[in-house]
Amino acid sequence: MVHAFLIHTLRAPQAEEGLCRVLYSCVFGAENSPDDPRPHGAERDRLLCKEQILAVARQVESMCRLQQQASGRPPTDLQPQPSDEPMPLHEAPRGAFRLAAGDPFREPRTVVWLGVLSLGFALVLDAHENLLLAENTLRLLARLLLDHLRLLAPGTNLLLRADRIEGILTRFLPHGQLLFLNDQFVQSLEKEFSAAWPR
Amino acid sequence: MSTAGTESLLRQAREVREEELRQFCSRISALLRKEEPGPEALDALRRLFLIVSAEVDGAVATDFFTVLSTAQRFTEDQWLNVQAFSMLRAWLQLSGPGGPGAPDTDDKSEQEGSTLSVLSAASSAGRLPPPERLREKAFEYCQRLIEQSNRRALRRADSDLQKACLVEAVLVLDVLCRQDPSFLYRTLSCLKALQARLCGDPTCVRALLPLAQFFLSHGEAAAVDSEAMCQHVFSRVPAEHFHSPMLAFELVQFCRDSLPLLGRNLSALRRSFPSLLKLLAWNSPPLTSEFVVLLPSLVDASTAVEMLHALLDLPCLTAALDLQLRLSPAASERPLWDASLRTTSCPDTSQDPQLQGLLQHLLRAEASGAPERLAPLHLLLQPMAGCARVLQCAEAVPTLLQAFFSAVTQFADGALTNQLARLLLERSDSLYQVPGYEARVHQVLSAQFLGLCQRRPCLVVELAKELLEFVGSGGGLRGGGSVLTSVVWAVGEYLAVSWDRRCTVDQINKFFEALEALLFEVTQSRPSATLPQCPPQLVTALMTTLTKLASRSQDLIPRVSLFLSKMRTLAQSPAAGSLRCREDERAIGTRATELLNLLKMPSVAQFVLTPSVEVAAPRYHRDTNTALPLALRTVSRLVEKEAGLLPG
Repeated sequence: MVHAFLIHTLRAPQAEEGLCRVLYSCVFGAENSPDDPRPHGAERDRLLCKEQILAVARQVESMCRLQQQASGRPPTDLQPQPSDEPMPLHEAPRGAFRLAAGDPFREPRTVVWLGVLSLGFALVLDAHENLLLAENTLRLLARLLLDHLRLLAPGTNLLLRADRIEGILTRFLPHGQLLFLNDQFVQSLEKEFSAAWPR
Repeated sequence: MSTAGTESLLRQAREVREEELRQFCSRISALLRKEEPGPEALDALRRLFLIVSAEVDGAVATDFFTVLSTAQRFTEDQWLNVQAFSMLRAWLQLSGPGGPGAPDTDDKSEQEGSTLSVLSAASSAGRLPPPERLREKAFEYCQRLIEQSNRRALRRADSDLQKACLVEAVLVLDVLCRQDPSFLYRTLSCLKALQARLCGDPTCVRALLPLAQFFLSHGEAAAVDSEAMCQHVFSRVPAEHFHSPMLAFELVQFCRDSLPLLGRNLSALRRSFPSLLKLLAWNSPPLTSEFVVLLPSLVDASTAVEMLHALLDLPCLTAALDLQLRLSPAASERPLWDASLRTTSCPDTSQDPQLQGLLQHLLRAEASGAPERLAPLHLLLQPMAGCARVLQCAEAVPTLLQAFFSAVTQFADGALTNQLARLLLERSDSLYQVPGYEARVHQVLSAQFLGLCQRRPCLVVELAKELLEFVGSGGGLRGGGSVLTSVVWAVGEYLAVSWDRRCTVDQINKFFEALEALLFEVTQSRPSATLPQCPPQLVTALMTTLTKLASRSQDLIPRVSLFLSKMRTLAQSPAAGSLRCREDERAIGTRATELLNLLKMPSVAQFVLTPSVEVAAPRYHRDTNTALPLALRTVSRLVEKEAGLLPG
């Protein structure tokens, strides 16, 4: 089961300034255990959740940056191509790492991430998940989001299009459940989405 | 005797007329041509076998629908089929016996009945109760998936899905066999065939891991030898696929998760540690914390020495793997190595058989039991020491060394501790020269050396020869001199009869002379390229150790006193070429004064500097760096006060 999905910024490997910003996040699971004796309000929970997601985003960003440096890719790779060709997502930097219990989530979790130019996509999963399926799903989500929301075109404001992102997530990752969708299924779901959310 | 209804049907039965047939055909073809026929129409068409589902390779499907079946349009129950399978494993785990959500037997049947109706395939299950029927259906579904994943998919996305389905099928079968061991016999025959297929296919290597996990969990019950499979996974897979970050992560997870299951196969895991270290060397940022957890299980008395060598040479391994990728004949279009490093600066090992041998040793897949000195290889791979990947690996090594030592000290006996201490000294000046690496490693090694001496004080006497050599050679001064400082400190602390009866006056004298010569060298000569500026900690440690040794062999006291007064004078008016700051000089001067004052009362000096174990035990300041100066300062003040009271 997916605990959370997030989209965040990726800085260029050589850039020193700038902060990592979370552009979109969606948490599917509940973090609080019912036998937590401390009183907790909704506001405090929300802030805790935000902090946890930001911690994950920062770790993904540093992993992506380290991987890019190690593989010697030039920093100009971060600029999007002007053409409309589909992004070669199979070659995009990706990886997985584990989060220990308590840091930052109560339970140990695994993060699977994918970096596409200046955007990072990540799934926070339970500790023992089918990582092949998670990786495929993440690639699919990234492709759909990049195509339907034109995320990399200049002037796109991601923050105002959360409803579309939710539309995609509801169909392809309902309630955080990873689905075994073959290509035909994906096509028919995508058609359904395009009908509901015309470009 | 037929009833009235049957009679009326029989009366109406006749040949189908031509125009009725034509009407029927045109209605059907209109339906088939429609864009959106609607679910009831689709269902009807399916019942008439007029639309069929296909496999991912385009062949017509002849068995029940699964997630790997395709169709032009999907019906509602096919969509539910996909959803149900996606949730199947979690459902089985939660509702199985012992699962956290396991309800009473009365409720179970109702819930499973509903899931069952969705997964309903060929009704070969008969009249079993719902939990058993669900498992039977799940088993058939997994078998079908395994068969379907053997087909050659027409689209890349489907090919990726096939692999994910394989993994899931094996995982579900594992859960089923755990819940109901009667599935084991049928599963094994199916999975053995799968194993043979996967071992020969490099694209499916990630699916091998759940398979290996299955054989480990159920091997005992089914009398299957999982050793060969483990061997393949631990030794050969990392050697061929270390460059894939997802596989590296999954393999290390598999090692961690399998630790309780490995039992006697733990020796197979331990033997393959060089192969596993390749994963770490190439992908150090995400895997360092995993290895810190895994390391205690990888180390045992037989592999400890080789492992320490391997950890110290880890950045060199990264460079060697990079070289191996560049030189391999199967180079893909998109390079896996650091393409920014030009190939001309790449070293050529093909000419020198000795270097070839060392390279093969570094890249070995299993522990050889005979560590080799890789110094020539360090020189050869020097041009690659600035690579980003090598630098990242070098940053991970100090953490791993700490983890290694805390694991090893749990079980190391006297001989192993001595061996490790010897190794520390030997390797401290034989490291791969990555910028900043030597200094960081030296810090860890110096702390660990002291730790080893604390656990086993007689080490100092037993390794007296090696320690003397180390002090005498000039190499200890490189990299900040931290290792040399710990050695000097350890000698001062533990070279005494109270720690080891075998300590002789002769040994004390020999060490004294060596340390005195060293102190003379570092303070009198000007700092140069071959003899870097000596840190003040080393100077004070040397002075203190010499004083300690003198307090144990009292005819050395005059020599020490002379030297200390010279040091004090030097500190108060430093030579022109000295690069030390005022504070450092002042600290050296203060320490020299304290030690001189202490030596004026030899019996007190002995008590303070070489306390017996009973006195030393209740030390109120645990930190050795503060306890002694405190004592010295107190005595100094007493002596000065006394001197002030005396006439003249």
